[in-house]
Amino acid sequence: MIGRDILGIEDLSRAEIELILETAERMQEIGTREVKKVPTLRGRTLINLFFEPSTRTQTSFEIAGKRLAADVVNFSVSGSSVTKRETLLDTAKTLDAMDPDCVIVRHKVAGVPHRLAAVLGAPVINAGDGAHEHPSQALLDLLTVKEQKGRIEGLTVTIVGDIAHSRVARSNIYGFSKLGAEVRVAGPPTMLPAEIESLGVKSYTNLREAIEGADVVMALRIQMERLEGACFPSVREYAATFGLDRKKLRFAKEDAIVMHPGPVNRGVELSHELADHRPSVILDQVRNGVALRMALLYLVAGRRRKAGGVESRAASATGEE
Amino acid sequence: MTRRPTEGGRLVIRGGRILDPSQERDGVFDCLIENGRITAIGAKLAADGAEVFDAAGQWVVPGFVDLHAHLRVPGQEYKEDLASGGAAAVAGGFTQVACMANTDPVNDDPSVTQYILDRAAKESLARIHPIAAATRGLAGQVMTEMVALRRAGAVAFSDDGATIMDAGVMRRVLEYSTLVDVPVIVHAEDCNLRGHGVVHEGAVATRLGLPGNPAAAEEIMVARDIRLAEWTGAHLHVAHVSTAGAVESIRRAREAGVRVTAEVTPHHLTLTDAATMTFDTSTRVAPPLRSARHVEALRRGLAEGVIDAIATDHAPHATYEKEVEFTEAPPGMIGLETALAVCLQLVREGVLSPLELVRRLSTNPARVLGLEGGSLAVGAEADIVLVDPERIWTYDPGRGHSKSRNSPWADQRLTGRVVATFVAGRIAYGFEHKDEHKDEHKDERGVPNR
Repeated sequence: MIGRDILGIEDLSRAEIELILETAERMQEIGTREVKKVPTLRGRTLINLFFEPSTRTQTSFEIAGKRLAADVVNFSVSGSSVTKRETLLDTAKTLDAMDPDCVIVRHKVAGVPHRLAAVLGAPVINAGDGAHEHPSQALLDLLTVKEQKGRIEGLTVTIVGDIAHSRVARSNIYGFSKLGAEVRVAGPPTMLPAEIESLGVKSYTNLREAIEGADVVMALRIQMERLEGACFPSVREYAATFGLDRKKLRFAKEDAIVMHPGPVNRGVELSHELADHRPSVILDQVRNGVALRMALLYLVAGRRRKAGGVESRAASATGEE
Repeated sequence: MTRRPTEGGRLVIRGGRILDPSQERDGVFDCLIENGRITAIGAKLAADGAEVFDAAGQWVVPGFVDLHAHLRVPGQEYKEDLASGGAAAVAGGFTQVACMANTDPVNDDPSVTQYILDRAAKESLARIHPIAAATRGLAGQVMTEMVALRRAGAVAFSDDGATIMDAGVMRRVLEYSTLVDVPVIVHAEDCNLRGHGVVHEGAVATRLGLPGNPAAAEEIMVARDIRLAEWTGAHLHVAHVSTAGAVESIRRAREAGVRVTAEVTPHHLTLTDAATMTFDTSTRVAPPLRSARHVEALRRGLAEGVIDAIATDHAPHATYEKEVEFTEAPPGMIGLETALAVCLQLVREGVLSPLELVRRLSTNPARVLGLEGGSLAVGAEADIVLVDPERIWTYDPGRGHSKSRNSPWADQRLTGRVVATFVAGRIAYGFEHKDEHKDEHKDERGVPNR
């Protein structure tokens, strides 16, 4: 595990996921200390490379890095490389020249962390790429479910909402499936992507059937501004049909928990009551996010730089040996 | 490399396997060329005083005709020009290339058509045939001066990637085109249904989280345009067919006698959407690479003659334009130099015989555009390609002839190679004279992407 990028859950084995979760469980204790810092990554430089603003994920990675005594630098870029007239390779070269030990990448387009990882000397952690993957979110969700339920194997997990545009959905589908849970997805047909069942899930357009007997119900955030009128007729209709409240939750198992990657559109994906009270575990997810990201950084950034890096790869690309 | 006149204008290509679909000829013969034309095909032709090319073990075929290339002149010479594009063409065995109108300025005026032809005469090793825009500025509203453009040398009309969405405009364009009787070439795709889609809508798009472009976007537009062609009697040519549904529509239309022809690209015949799993932007093309089911239907359509021709859709882009987010990268890949080797895979896999492959690269596309060529008949212009179908080489776009490098076959081993290309009896490309790629696989390079 140590010595590679974390680009997606799809690429990880069950054993690797379990190693990350066990490491995260050991990290949880550090957050409860009065002095919340260990010297594990002292002298290491981490770059939070965010092409898309995300205060929550960026802050979580920053706190995780700082609790491990790393130097964390935030490098925010807005706009696409086309509008900036700077290619992704240019960005990668610039960063690589600063000798980071790990680069955490968030981008609104799928695949950008993969392209950067191919040329960067430092390992890359994908902090969310388009509608593709968000591995640290799925891992913290796994950690939270394991904490709440004591296991993942054999559980039924229902993910509700905009599956088509959700990186959280994809990473969680891979993560929960790999650890032996049954995963269902539910949403209006306009939000279920083509051939979603090829990912090994069952898909539903009826919320009640989807959460029948579920141990975990995960609601996804709806991009209301962008999708209202396109993928669903109105927020009101979405909330009435796919929004979760206590009444609808009765179809799930009695001890079912409710999750949400945040931030919640109150009264849309979740009722106000569910957003704030058990069985929702939203703040546990946030808390576990720090420990989980500490584990990732420890496992990934504790190593030396990859041999090569941008310059030698660029040389071989132009045929100069 | 400049055109080198052969001694005394006489040469003999000795002992090659002549594949000439125009005469259904497949056999070992000599080929005599005098003053730029083929003057004899036969066994053991006398060669006194002629330059002799030994073609034993090689195929001798009529020059390929590309119905669809973007040569970027005028206005985007940083991507390609007629010298580099022409050199890439002859290196790939293409002696004639039709170039698309989406230049800057757009080729929607006879002066632009003339300019392209003038520059081509000076710079290009291959014969260049401009395709003019069907509507002014490719805006899909006002039709171009087709008669004047045809007189200036345009061989077809097309707005290519800027699909004419207004069916009323399309009807008029097709109707009017019958005045000059050349094909209207369509990139058939319903833009609204496509939306921002960049990869084929299906399991791979769902895994990658990239916006999907559904097969129906093409299938619907092909059906519309076929109906309009049937109504107007125009010659409709469907560019780069990529879906099973479009193949079916074309098949039925042809059975019903509609004047519709079609082309398919080497990449749509040999790559599936799984090739985009690396997020390599050279795999971003329009229409997108499709799933295996569609590739299978395209191969069947090609083998059965529903699809007439193989065309490259050679679309050069500068490296910096492609080193961006997948969704931001301009669509297209270069293909002139790899088309033959890529399509030879179809021969090895039993989809096409060698003669049928040559028909789809040469004879049929020449007929679609009503061009001379595509034949090794006595009296024909000596546009001839020598092919070594077994030669293994590593394609290095950095050392190729195109100015651009956006190819999914970069650094890959390919089988089959053009050895020499003659245009009007003169050698335009000679493999033995200048080897830009590695013939033998000496330098094991890693795959560029993970």
